[in-house]
Amino acid sequence: MDMSIALILGQDGITNGAIYALLALALVLVFAVTRVIFIQQGEFVAYGALTLAMMQSGATPATVWLLVAMGGLVTAFDGLKALKAGQMQRAGMVAGWNLAYPLALVAVLSALPVNELPLVLQVVLTLAIVVPMGPMMYRLMYQPIASAPVLILLIVSVALHIAMVGLGLLFFGAEGHRTPAFSELSFDLGPLMVTGQTIWVLVVSVLLIVALYQFFERTLYGKALRATAINRVGAQLMGISPALAGKLTFFLAAFIGALSGVLIAPITTIYYDTGFLIGLKGFVAAIIGGLASYPIAALGAIAVGLLEAFASFWASAYKEVIVFTLIIPVLLWRSLTSHHVEEEE
Amino acid sequence: MTQQTQASAPSNASAKNPVLEVKELCVSYGKVEALTNASITVGEGQIVTVIGPNGAGKTTMLSAIMGVLGSRGQVAFDGSLEVVPEVERMVARGMTLVPEKRELFGEMSVEDNLVLGAFQRYRMGKRDHAQTLEEVYALFPRLKERRDQHAGTMSGGERQMLAVGRALMAKPKLLMLDEPSLGLAPLIVREIFRIISELRRRGVSILLVEQNARAALQVADYAYVLETGQIAMQGPAHELADDPRVIEAYLGFGGKHQAMLST
Ligand SMILES: Nc1ncnc2c1ncn2[C@@H]1O[C@H](COP(=O)(O)OP(=O)(O)OP(=O)(O)O)[C@@H](O)[C@H]1O
Ligand SMILES: [Mg+2]
Repeated sequence: MDMSIALILGQDGITNGAIYALLALALVLVFAVTRVIFIQQGEFVAYGALTLAMMQSGATPATVWLLVAMGGLVTAFDGLKALKAGQMQRAGMVAGWNLAYPLALVAVLSALPVNELPLVLQVVLTLAIVVPMGPMMYRLMYQPIASAPVLILLIVSVALHIAMVGLGLLFFGAEGHRTPAFSELSFDLGPLMVTGQTIWVLVVSVLLIVALYQFFERTLYGKALRATAINRVGAQLMGISPALAGKLTFFLAAFIGALSGVLIAPITTIYYDTGFLIGLKGFVAAIIGGLASYPIAALGAIAVGLLEAFASFWASAYKEVIVFTLIIPVLLWRSLTSHHVEEEE
Repeated sequence: MTQQTQASAPSNASAKNPVLEVKELCVSYGKVEALTNASITVGEGQIVTVIGPNGAGKTTMLSAIMGVLGSRGQVAFDGSLEVVPEVERMVARGMTLVPEKRELFGEMSVEDNLVLGAFQRYRMGKRDHAQTLEEVYALFPRLKERRDQHAGTMSGGERQMLAVGRALMAKPKLLMLDEPSLGLAPLIVREIFRIISELRRRGVSILLVEQNARAALQVADYAYVLETGQIAMQGPAHELADDPRVIEAYLGFGGKHQAMLST
């Protein structure tokens, strides 16, 4: 292997690593606040990428119907409950966000020639469809069992993962899709040709990580999420309800997932079931951070990306095996050196 | 020790405008009933104290009023009845609890802990927490000195102050304190009680659960004695402080307990 190949692999590795870092952050966040292991993170990646691809092919993305269905269920539960309690304003809010909003999206998508819209608008629409599924999913599937043991929450996650992959096949079909790059720009850095998409991925990842950091350090809502992760009862006594924290967390995680999908769709061909492997690599990185430490998880993600890139060069048939085998020494090392995340009483 | 309940118990008549009216509150842990038909009233601007032995159900009562624990009975707060008290709603309506275990955010700074106390107000669009923070700092200068320290590394007394300060950030109508003097040196106990009277002067109504019956009865307007889940006695605090049964059981002049210990 010469220098230029190593540089190309390094570029691939860091690009993918940046995405894994984002996913790892989302996983750590979701687990810390809600104790949910967010297996279906990968499906949000695939839904993001494939919703964009479907829009570009000129079709109305089928994911919007899923949004309508989920929103309808939330309205049925929360809206009716608020009506019965005589809280008209609250019922209106619930119906507005969960019923009117998805239907408005359907109207917009069928009225506009979506495949002719500029890419940035397509991306915005994609996020507008996929991201609200996060909080709705929390409301429907996790909120009723929020204090269940981690294992039960995990089983729900596995079930949702399987359901989302199945629906993905139904929505997007079995073929893979690749979207055009955000920019055709590329430039030479010594022997290395850096592509525009790489720059996009790195810049957006870094911006997002900085923004999240600011959110958690500076804003009261960010602090409220941290507080919930640290002490659920204490947070509740401050008026931070677990339901609010859960929905906000799932919103962030779905946003990170869908945006990651949009970012890598021009780099990798995405199939309805590709998300799982991508999410799993984010998961390996999150495990390296012990599901608790953000900076270590981010470093782990870069390491996973690099390992994957070089493994695909040296032993491409085994690249996934090599990446996932990494988890074993990491777990051993962690179990020997640090305390694990404890189940709450 | 007295077990008799006063059948024709005088209710807290000094409470002209009740902020909190709890009627026949019952809480069970599984089959065990920890609180039976407890009724208490806190008037506006009053300090009402609940004293009683360990395991009497004092913490249980506060948790049920706050909505942390499920309960049966009636809780009317600030003029409207709560069928099932729900924590976030109670916080939003102006009730704050300083819980027995304090429940601070250990890995966050003192200042972040305090600011989070104002979360519910912030959520409802009231953006005055910077000013409230200064007021709390004025009350607890020690917290200001330690504003960047992690809450988890504070001393026991400092944590207590932080828990009270955090509760005040919510600008509560009713502040419920579960043993605020627990494990504190006498000097700091006096300081905490000075702050409690200061808060009343500012119009905060206070429901105070205390082991330190002497100090509690001194500062309170009205008092309840809770024994094995039931209100055993009640009356204006200064009257209860002179009641021989209270003196014997809670103020500790009676030689009976000492005698029992020494045999
Ligand atoms: N989660 C629980 N499960 C079962 N029993 C409980 C639980 N919490 C409290 N109890 C019991 O209920 C009774 C009342 O407890 P509580 O904590 O309210 O007492 P307390 O008056 O606050 O006592 P202390 O002065 O020691 O704080 C005790 O007998 C206690 O053992
Ligand atoms: Mg107690």
